[in-house]
This record gives sequence, structure tokens and C-alpha cells, in this order.
Amino acid sequence: MNRRGIMSAESAIEGSAVITHEIGLHARPSVKLTKLAKSFASAIHLRGEGLESWVDAKSIVRVMGLKLREGTTVFFRAAGPDASAAVDALVALVKRDFDEHRPA
Amino acid sequence: MSTDRPERIFEGKVASPGLAAGHIRLALRRPVAVVSTGDPAQERRRFDAALAVGAESLGRLVKRQSDEAAAGMLEFQLALIGDDELIEPVRRAISEGAAAAAAWSEALGRQIADYEAADDAYFRARAADLADLRERVLSLLQGETEDEAETVEGAILVAEDLGPSRFLELDWGRWRGGALMGGSVSGHVAILARARGVPLVVGLDLSAASLVAGADAILDAEKGRLVQYPLGATRVAFSRRMAERQSTAAAEAEFLPRPATTRSGRIIAVAINVDEPGAVRSVDPAHCDGIGLTRTEFLFSGPGGRPDEERQLAIYGGLIAWAGGRPVTIRTLDAGGDKPIEGLTPEGETNPFLGLRGIRLSLARLDAFLPQLRALARAAALGPLKVMLPMVTVPRELEETRHLFRDVLAELGRAGLPAAMPKLGMMVEVPAAALNVARFEADFFSIGSNDLVQYVTATGRDCAAVSALHDPLNPAVLELIARVVAHGRARGIEVGLCGDMASDNRYLPALLDLGLGSLSVAPARLAAVKAAIAHHG
Repeated sequence: MNRRGIMSAESAIEGSAVITHEIGLHARPSVKLTKLAKSFASAIHLRGEGLESWVDAKSIVRVMGLKLREGTTVFFRAAGPDASAAVDALVALVKRDFDEHRPA
Repeated sequence: MSTDRPERIFEGKVASPGLAAGHIRLALRRPVAVVSTGDPAQERRRFDAALAVGAESLGRLVKRQSDEAAAGMLEFQLALIGDDELIEPVRRAISEGAAAAAAWSEALGRQIADYEAADDAYFRARAADLADLRERVLSLLQGETEDEAETVEGAILVAEDLGPSRFLELDWGRWRGGALMGGSVSGHVAILARARGVPLVVGLDLSAASLVAGADAILDAEKGRLVQYPLGATRVAFSRRMAERQSTAAAEAEFLPRPATTRSGRIIAVAINVDEPGAVRSVDPAHCDGIGLTRTEFLFSGPGGRPDEERQLAIYGGLIAWAGGRPVTIRTLDAGGDKPIEGLTPEGETNPFLGLRGIRLSLARLDAFLPQLRALARAAALGPLKVMLPMVTVPRELEETRHLFRDVLAELGRAGLPAAMPKLGMMVEVPAAALNVARFEADFFSIGSNDLVQYVTATGRDCAAVSALHDPLNPAVLELIARVVAHGRARGIEVGLCGDMASDNRYLPALLDLGLGSLSVAPARLAAVKAAIAHHG
């Protein structure tokens, strides 16, 4: 894993989940993700599997700009007072398929 | 007054009939005014104000949207407009002396180019959402007020073209009608406009320079023209026609609550065509015999991406609930032809109307078809559902779908989800199917006259040069319809018709004479069709 991120690896909380939506991280899920990220005080970044750079999880331009597809693992990294809760919530959102596809 | 304001007539084609008087509101893509006020602080204030007003109006639009796909597109734009990663570089450029419009345009231009270069069709298509946002803010920077409520009351929209999502976004209770330079009479926007009774003229022959924003105008969507600065005499004649139209509409509305019955006492079932789920809100279900056609393409082509099983079930269930026990016919995805869907329909077909479309495409793309069949099977447990397959050519396509339905039902049963086998019928629009109708084991037949006419007469719906040959009353077309009706009668199978022919007074009498007993029409045409049936011998 790339440890040269914006935050030091020591203080950061990390987590990951696989995107299961058939299109990938498209507009509606990206909006949900950035809205959720903005609800936390911590600095939160995400990175797509196979990509080098971490991007601000609170920026729709950055998140959509990754154009992540189905089956890609997305990594989160947060630093701040509520970092742990933020990573848990974001990982859960991706695992729930952004509430787009309620389990049948 | 008549010298500096001469009456001007712009000719076009009627896409949705109606009459409207009001003023012209231009929604044209103009070249960007890159004139800076020269004062960075003032440019910054203008930019921030434009963003604030843009965000506010987007927020209002999101709330008003019943269509989830359209709401998704607007929410994406709203998130973009509030994203510092996008906005800060623009502010920096402005502080360094750039004009607000130029800086904004350049920042969005970079994003648009990035999306246009994407490998994935879905992401490529987002370039249009970004372009829409660019235009929205640019027009605010050019001093246009964004508040639709203030400026739009009584306005006639004049634009180069209008996408289906933009059409749905506009509040047609306030706009009087539309006139487009592009567009086609059989395009999706025309269908949406007809369903809502919004007067619309397309293919308008004009140069934007000769139009005057705010000018008094008459939209004559009976003759297919826009009249700018109408003279007194034009106005008087037009008012008379509007009054006639209103009294005709009032007389026709009297037939709405009654069953459609010909003078000889034949009862004709008249159902409605549903293009998008919101369309049923304007119709009292007691005024029709259910839904004869639901086009599901709009669910798939919206910016929200492909609808999953749950979202489809919610929409189909909503229609069944609305119909209150009346039959609801839902057509499986009819993509292809003039209705391409990115990521689903093949690109680069030389003749899309003869290509992989309708049921052909669905059977080739089970990844899209199976979720739809699952949603339909689950919806069938909620009320009387009829499922109709488009573009069926050979019996095998119907049988394959029936097998898929059985598999889906078994699967849903194992998962403990309530589901049922819907009635499974087919469109008759391919001549081979019409000629061989007896070979198809369908629960019902619905004649798709739009495509049938096109295929029988070998004339494209949109090709003006051969429009005289594109004749629904061509004896060959009528013979095929008669053949299907006779087969249905002999075997006790329901036969209906759901194309534009049914709601056109020029063709309706011929259809009734052929013995058709079931029609499905645009909601806005329901009263007129029921009235015409009542006057038929």
C-alpha cells in the first residue's frame, strides 16, 4: 500500500470495500459518498485499487473523476477526531451498494 | 409600430398539437461573453452570486422531481457546484484577472474533456451533465435570472433542441409550449409533449438572429409555425381558433367518464400509453381501461443509470396501484432503433431499425433483461399485469422469454418472494409476425402501428422526402391489421393497437371499421378519442 499519502500512516485509520454496483462508482453513489464523508470532521481520502494517488473523499470532482468500475476495491483513509467512525460508515455504505440495491 | 416590429412567420412541423399565445423566451447556446468587468473583486462577487443562485435553483429543481433519474442528474450537478476542488481554481483565475465566465468555462471544459475521453460509456455520458451545469452558470453570469417562476409564466420556449430530461425538468404548467429548431415529430420529446398536451413545433426554420427575446408570439402547433409579433388580424383569427379548440376540448371531456361506445353500440376499450411513471398523475383511472402500453426505455436511458430490480418493481407496482384493478400492460425494454441506450445498444449499426433492438437485444443482454423479468414477475403478484414483448419476429423469441419467466419464477419462489406469471403478449410490428400471427402462442397481441407502417411501406418515420409514402392507410397495412384482428377473433385472443394511429382522427375510423375493439392512446388524447368513437357509426 502506498504510505506516502497526505496523512501519516501512523495516525490514519484505514478500511476498504469492493464496489458491487454494475456500473461502478457512478453519479448517484458518488454524491452519497461525498455527502457522507462531509458529515465527518476528519480529513478523509480514498484511493481506487491499482491507482497511486489518494483523493479527497469530500470532493465529487475527485471521487467521480476516478471513474471506478464494478469489482474495484476502494480504500479509505481518515485522520481526525472521528476517523474511525468515518471509515466504518464509508466502508458500510460501499458494502451496502450505496443502498441502491436492497438485498432481495 | 408595424414597421419596427414586423410580423414574422417561422415554419416548422407539428410534434404535439395545440395553440398557445405568449412571449418568446430564447434558450439558445450563445457564444460566451468573456468580457471582464476589469475588477477582480467585482468578478469574484458576480461569480459567487451566480453559483449561489445556481445552487439554489438546482436545489429547488431536485425537490420538484418525481423522476428519480432526473433528480439524480440534478443532485450530481448540485454536488459539483458546491465542490471547492472545482470552484477554487476558478476563483484563483479570477483573482489573477480572468473574466468569471472565461475562467468557469475553462475549468468545466477541462472536466468535460476528461469525461468525454472515458473508456466507459456511462462516464462518457456524464460530459453532458457537466456541459449543462456550465451553461446554467454561464447564463447566470450573463445576467439572466434563473427563477423559472418569474420569467417563464406565459412564455414559449424557443431552443435549438431539448433533451428528454430537460423537457421533464421544465414546469409545463407555466410554459405555454415549445418551438425547437431540431427535434423530430416521432422523437422522444414529441412523445412526452403529446402525452402531456404541451404544444410543440419542431424543425423550426429560422435564424436565431431574426428572433426577438421577449417578443409577443403565437405558437400554432396545428399548422406548425411560430408567429413573432402577430398582426391584429392574425391575432383575432388565432383567438377564434383557440376558443374553438377550447370548446371542442370541453365537449370531448364530457365523454371521459363514460365507456367508449360507438353509435351502433360497440364498446371499445380505451387504455392509455405511459411514457414515464409521472404521466399517470394527470389521468383519473376511472376514465380509461387501464394502461395499454408502458414504455420502459425512459427508466433505462436516464442519467441515474440502469434501474435495478427493486427500483423497477417500485415503479411497476406504482402503476398497478394507480390502475386499481384495471389491467396494466408493460412493454419490456424496447431499446435500439431510434432509442439508443449507451452501454446497451450496439454502436455503429448501419441500419439500427433493422438491427439488434427490442426483444432481440433483450435476449442478447440477459444482464439487463433478467432483472426486468424478475421485477415484472414480482409486480404480477400485485395486480393484473400484462407483459408485452417488442419487435417479436419469430415464435422462438416469445417461447424463450416464457422459459426465462419460468426460471425467474422458480428462483423467486426459492427466495420466498411473492411472484406470479403475468400474461405474456407481443407487439405485432414486424410484417413477418403479422403475416404469421397464427404461429405465435401469445396471450394477447398489440399492433404497434408506428413501426408496422414503417416496415410495410419501407419508409423511415423521420424521412421527410418519403413522408407521402409513409401512409398508415396503405391497403397493405390495413390488410395486415385485419389479418391479426381476424386471428384474434377466431381464437378468442385479445387484439389491440397502441401506436399513434389510434389517436389520430384521420385513421381511427378505419381501425374501428376493421373490427379493432381495444386501443391505447396518449393520455392527452383520451377525451378526443373517446368522443370520436362515440361519433363513429
